[in-house]
Parts: sequence; structure tokens; C-alpha cells
Amino acid sequence: MTELPLAPPLRPVEGLGRWVVYIVLSLGRFGAFLGQALAALFTPPFKLWALLGRINYIGFRSLLIILLTGAFTGMVLGLQIFLTLSRFGSEAFLGPAVALSLIRELGPVLAALMVTGRAGSALTAELGIMRITEQIDALTVMALSPMRYLVAPSILAGVITFPMMTALFDVVGIFGGYLVGVELLGLSQGTYFGEMQTFVNMSDIMTGFWKSLSFGIVVTWVCTYKGFHVSRGAEGVAAATTQAVVTSSVLILVWDYFLGTILP
Amino acid sequence: MIKVVGLRKSFGAQVVLRGLDLEVPDGSITVIIGRSGGGKSVFLKHLLGLVRPDSGRIEVGGVDLATLNGRAMDEVRKRYGVVFQGGALFDSMTCRDNVAFPLREKSRLARAEIAARVDVALERVGLAGIGDKYPEEVSGGMRKRVAIARALVTEPEIIFFDEPTTGLDPVLVNTIHRLILELHRQSRFTAVMVSHEIPEIFELADRVGMLHEGRIVEIGPPGAIQNSQNPIVQQFIRGEPGTEL
Repeated sequence: MTELPLAPPLRPVEGLGRWVVYIVLSLGRFGAFLGQALAALFTPPFKLWALLGRINYIGFRSLLIILLTGAFTGMVLGLQIFLTLSRFGSEAFLGPAVALSLIRELGPVLAALMVTGRAGSALTAELGIMRITEQIDALTVMALSPMRYLVAPSILAGVITFPMMTALFDVVGIFGGYLVGVELLGLSQGTYFGEMQTFVNMSDIMTGFWKSLSFGIVVTWVCTYKGFHVSRGAEGVAAATTQAVVTSSVLILVWDYFLGTILP
Repeated sequence: MIKVVGLRKSFGAQVVLRGLDLEVPDGSITVIIGRSGGGKSVFLKHLLGLVRPDSGRIEVGGVDLATLNGRAMDEVRKRYGVVFQGGALFDSMTCRDNVAFPLREKSRLARAEIAARVDVALERVGLAGIGDKYPEEVSGGMRKRVAIARALVTEPEIIFFDEPTTGLDPVLVNTIHRLILELHRQSRFTAVMVSHEIPEIFELADRVGMLHEGRIVEIGPPGAIQNSQNPIVQQFIRGEPGTEL
């Protein structure tokens, strides 16, 4: 049966309907992709070597950028917070201010953004190139699951490495703040760390932990999904890489806000 | 026996396959020829279970692939070897590891046995000694041969070749064709090949099918296809320009 064309006033409604259907289908595919990856993750055979390779790829190779950005973030925080607190004569609170900012917010978010830029983009590009050169199809026709070999290890590696990267970022950042506040601006070492111990509690650390863990899932999920569904050759790989980084970065910030409102 | 009946596939408004019928006898080399964009690769992807048909049947050993999913499809794929157009070698692995990969992942063979089988496979395609190189370090012709070795190493019943000689010079085209013929003589696998190489494929094929506008318009032994009275077949074989660009 042939569909009759709609009356002109109804066409925008039809366009809106098509757009909504497209969005719902896309979200469904996106969710199903994670479901398939998790199914591959929790059923044997487990691909330990693939997981170790991904931990190296996502985590170990991101160490330098995490150390650098962590140190300078802590130093900037140390300087700016010290200058602000000194207006109120409250320099003693520099330690907890730096630590809480890093542990609850900046550590998880900035570490995730840095790893997205370095490893997430590379992950999308790698999978995208494997897609357009038919390497993913080659795995499939060998009766081997690309989800098990390529996607699941990446997502698990994200879950493992993001909290570790964040912890490292926090520690280096706190020492960056120490360097500026104590070594350069003259605050006592005891005050810096003592007040930190008083004000920072386990729930703050757990807030940062849950954030970083969920960012690990979000970033690897988005980046592998985008790479896995590349089409249109090199141009498609470039577009997918850009989309993966932008989408991951936006989702990190949005999700950070939601978690911030939920977590204590 | 591979049997395809009434295979139809569209992507949006674009109709690619319009009721394709084909039978591939066991142990034969069947070559599908046809113009670029005529649906050859899409047809091959249906046989590999990478694309689902809109309608029609694709039977491999009496099992309709259109009804299979997940593990059941993987059981059929265990009988397959595939040589992709670009080789589709894993570029993070050496040529040797590429050939060994399906055995390592799918069989319970001991390391020594796998190594021995890989050596034999590489030797059969004339590449003994280059196993430690990465795909990017070897020539296009060598990559195709590594891909053939990878397809052969599991001793599949059916091997699919997707334009295995595209981008190679005429000497290499003949070398690869002779290699496939020799390997087929030794192993008697069923081969389905998509190719543009006219007239070289007539030396290789047991049967040649002409795919045009989503249907097999003619199929038969190479001699019958070469002498076909069908103007579409003759135009393609002679490489005469069509009315459209």
C-alpha cells in the first residue's frame, strides 16, 4: 500500500516523529551494545590478555598526562585558594579546600577528560579502522565475538583504571597544592595535612570513587560504540573520533552533576 | 551444498537484491561476476551471516541462515574460511600470529601442533619465512596470500573469496588464481568467489554466475558463459561501456 503524502501543515509533525523514532532507536542500540558487552564480560571464555592489553592502553599509557595535569591542577588550586582564604585570614583551611575540591570533583572529572582525550579517542579510531578494514567482520566470520575480544575488555579496563588514575590525580594534586601553599607561600606542613585529615572523610573519597568508576564505564562505552559503528572510510573514522570525545566529555560533566546531587 | 532462493534485500529505498537464486555444488569453485555496485558484496555478506535478508532462503548444508542467530550462526561459520577483499589481517599481529589466531582461539590444539599447522599453511601459500613480519611490512600480494593461509588453516569446508585479487598486477592475479586452484585441488573445499577478473576467472571457475541488478541472470560453466547470447553477459565480458557512466 502506498502512503499518501501528508498535508503541508502536518509535515513538520511527521519530521518530528521521525526524529523521535530515530533518537529512541539510537538509544536502544546504544543500550543493547552495553548489554552485549556485559554479557561477554561475565560469560567464559574470559580474555585476560586482551584485558591486560587494554589496561596498559587506557591506564598505563595515560600516566604521564595524569601526573602532569594533576600536579598543575593542585598547584593552581593551592595558589588561588590560598589567595582567597588569606583575605579572610583562613589560610589554615587550604589543605581541606584543595583536597575536597580534588577528591570530590576535579580529580574524577579532569582525570576522565584527560583519559578521554588521550585513550578514548585512540580507542574509537582503532576500532573504526578495524571496522573499515573488515577486521571486525573477520572476527565475526571466524565465529569469534568482537564484543568479547574488543569491547568488553575495554569497558572492564575503564572500570579498573579510571579510579586508579583518579586516585593518582588526587594524590599528585594534593602534593601540588602542598608545594605552592607550604613550600612557596609559607603555610605550615602540619596545618596543611592536619586540617585535611579533620575535614576529609571517607564519604568524600567514596564520592570520588563512584564518580570515576562510572566515568570509566561512560567513556569506554561511548568510545567503543562510536568506533564499532564507523562507516564511510577515513572520513567516518575522523567524525566518529570527534563525536566520541565530545559526547564523552559532555556526558562526564552532565553525569558529574547528577551524581553530585545524589551522592552524600 | 549452498542454495539461495528468492533472496531480497533493500537498504532504505535502494533495492540491492531482487530475488536472487543460486546453487553452489559441494566441492566446486563458483565465481560470481558483475558490475561494481551490483550487489555482489552484499550477497556475500548474506552468505557469511553479516547481513539479514528481507526475504528469501539461504541454505548451507540444509540449514536456513535467515532463521539462525548468535551461537547457531557461529556453528555454521565454523565451517567457513573467508578471504576478504583487503585481507582483513589483524595489523597488531605478525603474519604468523594472524594465521595462528583462529586455531589458538577455536581449537584445543597444543602450541607445537598449532605452530606446525601454521608453518604448513604458510608454506602452502609460498610464504615460509615471512611469518614474523607484520602485515604492513609485506606487499599486497603477500597479504592476500597470508589471508588465504589464515582461511585455510582451520581446514574449512567452504571458503569465500571477496575479490581476492583486487589491486594486484596481472602477474600476481594469475599467481593467486593458480594458488587457489592448487589449494582447491589438494583440499577440495567448496569455493564461492566474487571477482571482476575477466577473462582470468574462466581458467579458475567450475561455474560462473552473472549478477546483474540484484539477480543472477545467467549461470553455467565458463565456456557457456563466454559463449552466452545474453547481451548483459557479453557486454560485461567484453568490457563494453554501458549507456550510463
